[in-house]
Amino acid sequence: MITMIVNKETIAQLAAEGKRLDRRSLTEYRKPIHVELNISWTAEGSAKVQIGDTIVMAGVKLAMEKTYNDTPDEGGIMVNTELLPLSNPEYESGPPSIKSIELARVIDRGIREAKAIDLKKLCIKAGEKAWFVTIDIITINDNGNLFDACGMAALAALKSAYFPTVDPVTGAIDYKHKTKEKLPLIKEPLPVTVYKIGNALLVDPTFEEEGAYDARLTVATDDKGVISAMQKGGSAPLTIEETSRIIDLATEKSRFLRAELNKFLK
Amino acid sequence: MVYTKRVDGRKLDELRPMEAKIGIIPNADGSAYFKMGNTIAYAAVYGPRELFPKFLQNPKTGIIRCHYSMMPFSGSGERIRPGGNRRSQEISMVMNSSLQSVIDLSAFPNTVVDVYVDLPQTDAGTRCAAITAASMALAHAGIPMKDLISAVAVGEVDGTVVADLNYDEEAYDAVVSDIPVAMTANKKEITLLQMDGEISKASLIKALEMAAIATEKIYQVQKAALKNKFTKE
Repeated sequence: MITMIVNKETIAQLAAEGKRLDRRSLTEYRKPIHVELNISWTAEGSAKVQIGDTIVMAGVKLAMEKTYNDTPDEGGIMVNTELLPLSNPEYESGPPSIKSIELARVIDRGIREAKAIDLKKLCIKAGEKAWFVTIDIITINDNGNLFDACGMAALAALKSAYFPTVDPVTGAIDYKHKTKEKLPLIKEPLPVTVYKIGNALLVDPTFEEEGAYDARLTVATDDKGVISAMQKGGSAPLTIEETSRIIDLATEKSRFLRAELNKFLK
Repeated sequence: MVYTKRVDGRKLDELRPMEAKIGIIPNADGSAYFKMGNTIAYAAVYGPRELFPKFLQNPKTGIIRCHYSMMPFSGSGERIRPGGNRRSQEISMVMNSSLQSVIDLSAFPNTVVDVYVDLPQTDAGTRCAAITAASMALAHAGIPMKDLISAVAVGEVDGTVVADLNYDEEAYDAVVSDIPVAMTANKKEITLLQMDGEISKASLIKALEMAAIATEKIYQVQKAALKNKFTKE
């Protein structure tokens, strides 16, 4: 699936007229937006998110580990993404690509810097043991806009996660039996990525459209609109005025995605 | 004590509930989903496509490459480190020879057909579910095939031969043998056979005969899913 030059030009021409190949408006997400919770019984929390035909899964695993010396009263979080060769003919097996690393780090920052999880509540015994949360995000079908889909899947998986039971005598974790205790999630960050093609701004690009962008800005905001992480990509510069417009659009779309997500969380 | 009542209450030859779907990964040339109890496999086929590095190319035929992988959160214990291990490499290899026996890529020299199978949750029988899903995905991709492949694990738990062991049975506190078997649908020829544990020859033959009946049931589910997909289109 190579985006041909002619197609790139077509996408840019259409964008200048406010149009897209699939007839959506520039600020419209694909349909359906679908979220399924608990798609993996072996994970402590999990979700599958579909935006159009982009499909991703996220799974939360908990482990008890030694606390870090500089944060003896806190647990930790880690985000990992796997761009599976199963999900797109351009992906190959092997060590994570820079695309995968950037994606994981941006989602990680959105959650970490929003202080979405109360890391102090993950501490079991200060200076000794704490819970560490790993969120693995996996692509099933990548047709563009992985930042938004993966961010949504990560949040949905975190919201559906329960601690496993711990044997009070041996301290061994029984992953097969979950407690009724949820993760201490105090904020709910969601990333939205706005793409700039020519002078047009658009959201939710397909894989084809992603091959034609000049700049992009991912903005993670919580339910109160506070920004917790940003990442600019692409080689074209952005003016302050454009950045301001992008943040407004991202905040608006984050409210939209949050409302879509909440439809499935009950 | 003899093992007469199975841990999950199934009859001795009863398989776990199955579900099969075709075409769940739009980017792929062929794809399938297969669920056997709590084990789920997603399979995608890409190709025939040009094979790199070039020295691997065979001018007489295309080749098939299987890639088996468990998702990091798919084990019933701790998180699994991504990136593969010796176990996943071996399973990929035995899948390869199992599927190779029914496909014919002589019309596509110098090419490769990549088969990716990833599992989001597991409860034993993962290589069998992977082969069953991969076989459907190959058929969906239109790869020339002589037959479909269906796979199941059979074995003996504390003296009783059973089909489709789950994790609790594999880990049962007695003599247990676990025998993953893949068979062609029509001739019931064995294309994958592994075994660990302890079993007598008589029980082994009985188990293989049970596998022939079990794979027939799986084949019916595979066939129905493929028919359903192609009559809709």
